[in-house]
Amino acid sequence: MATKSLDLRHFTGFQPLTLLCLFLLYAPLIIVMIYSFNDSNSITRWNTISLRWYYDLFYGVDAPKFKTAAINSVSIAIMAAISATIIATMAATAMMRAGRFRGKSVSFALINLPLMVPEIVTAVATLIFFSAIGFTTGYLTILIAHIVFCIPFAYLPIAARMEGIEEVYEQAAQDLYATRFQAFRLILLPLMAPGIMSGFLLAFIISLDDFIITNFVKGAGVETLPTVIFGAVKQGIKPNIMAISTLLLVVSVGFVALSYFVGRIGEKANPTTTKKGE
Amino acid sequence: MSKDNEIAVDIQNVTKMFGGFTALKGVSLDIRDNEFFTLLGPSGCGKTTLLRLIAGFEEISNGAILLYGQNIADLLPNKRPVNTVFQQYALFPHMNVTDNVMFGLLRLGQEKSKAINRVNEVLELVRLSDFADRMPSQLSGGQQQRVALARALAPSPKVLLLDEPLSALDLKLRQAVRLELQQIQVQTGITFIFVTHDQEEALTMSNRIAVLEGGRVQQVGSAREIYEAPENKFVADFIGETNLIDVNVSNLEAGKGSCILPGGEKITCSAARGARSGPGHLSVRPERIKISASSKSLLKGTAVRHIYLGTDLHIEVKLNTGGNVTVRMQNSTQIQIPDVGQSVGLDFDPSSARLLVD
Repeated sequence: MATKSLDLRHFTGFQPLTLLCLFLLYAPLIIVMIYSFNDSNSITRWNTISLRWYYDLFYGVDAPKFKTAAINSVSIAIMAAISATIIATMAATAMMRAGRFRGKSVSFALINLPLMVPEIVTAVATLIFFSAIGFTTGYLTILIAHIVFCIPFAYLPIAARMEGIEEVYEQAAQDLYATRFQAFRLILLPLMAPGIMSGFLLAFIISLDDFIITNFVKGAGVETLPTVIFGAVKQGIKPNIMAISTLLLVVSVGFVALSYFVGRIGEKANPTTTKKGE
Repeated sequence: MSKDNEIAVDIQNVTKMFGGFTALKGVSLDIRDNEFFTLLGPSGCGKTTLLRLIAGFEEISNGAILLYGQNIADLLPNKRPVNTVFQQYALFPHMNVTDNVMFGLLRLGQEKSKAINRVNEVLELVRLSDFADRMPSQLSGGQQQRVALARALAPSPKVLLLDEPLSALDLKLRQAVRLELQQIQVQTGITFIFVTHDQEEALTMSNRIAVLEGGRVQQVGSAREIYEAPENKFVADFIGETNLIDVNVSNLEAGKGSCILPGGEKITCSAARGARSGPGHLSVRPERIKISASSKSLLKGTAVRHIYLGTDLHIEVKLNTGGNVTVRMQNSTQIQIPDVGQSVGLDFDPSSARLLVD
């Protein structure tokens, strides 16, 4: 690729700068992870290693609160991700297969705009909208809001995958007596599957992690993991917060990694564009 | 079984427009039953568009296409008893060879147990029985091409459409597959409509060829007719190589005409339909010209260049009256090859020359 002299690694200060960035990015996370295993009531003084605060999470005083919040978070994330993925799959199919239609670029912008709107604006607007139409805030409002803001996140990997699938496969299917729906179900959908899967996982993680919008539309009494953590922190940081944060981090990283590998494996198993020559 | 001269595909005055661009301008063709029919032309001539119209992937702007007498204009691709071998094969990447080939049979409502027999039959026909369980990505280009052929043949279509199926293969393989395709056509008795820009492919495989250019049919005929008796300048030039010599045409009558060669000699030879008196073109194939040292030849000139082609040799001769003529000679020790700069005479049998329309 680059010649040796142009290689970025040889630029002055490259190494220290890299280390500084990495430190700023990951040091807080690593410290939280380490201290979550601290057997001490203090959040800063290290005592000995133990799983005390993890035990506290599941069996301590706050356990019921965290459990309800976790159930809310996961159930909302699953339902929001499924709904958003279905909608995003339909949107991607329409965008990629309906040929050229009027307002195509506008549609594309409309699908992806929510990614650029400041989340606080969306949160306020959503809250105003719900109260304007007389919706009581609670579990359902969180779910609806999550479905909506997850759509663009699910759409991106699905559309990216679909872009790589040439239309000739569906034409071949129709040529071989498949109806349009059969061509979609038997050919396009399986080929899109890796994109759909990673769209789903991405939407799931986005929903699981969301705080701002959730905090606005949740109403009294209904908590998700991020809002319950925020609430606990306001009353003073106990080490169990570090334990629950670590768990949430592990789940998030796990899902994002899964999403990435699902896409990669799918691309390898069913290459849709490469044609091996002799 | 149908009779030999039945029309399989009757293309009636078909026009296809894409926005403001007209890809086909009133094309009419009769493709006979059990025929290996080739649509030949340079890229952009409309040959693939015509194929896609027959398959149903595009809509006809004007005209009609009849398949064994039935107008298929309003039928969706999945309702047409034709199958296509795509240029890029389009094998379903998530299905193995067997499932790819079986796809059409299952969609037609065949039972799996019956369909599997047919799959084995066609895989044997294309000599791929050992690869039934492979995924398309595990096959070479040549093997993928044969799977695509097997998949299209499996439902026993009335007409098989082949869209430049050999263009992705290397030369040696392409030559072997040509013979194989021809054999399969004879064996199955299915009408083949083959699209190519490769004139050699067209000449070696087809019963009949339609030469297309600029969205129009230039000529339809057997390989021999098209090569020996081209109707116009484009066909003469596109099929094989030819020398076009400026001549003065006279005495046109019953497919014959006389002309005066640049050197003053007068010959009588065959003339294309529509040839007119006055300035015109005479086409003589390079391999039909004999080169000699004689001064009583039809044309006289000077050898200016040798082009070495392996089995053959091209000699470029600059005529004394201006203009170049190419002569093709066998690269044999028994033939005297004129040196560059040497004066030569060129002769040809008037029966192998032809007067053309522009």
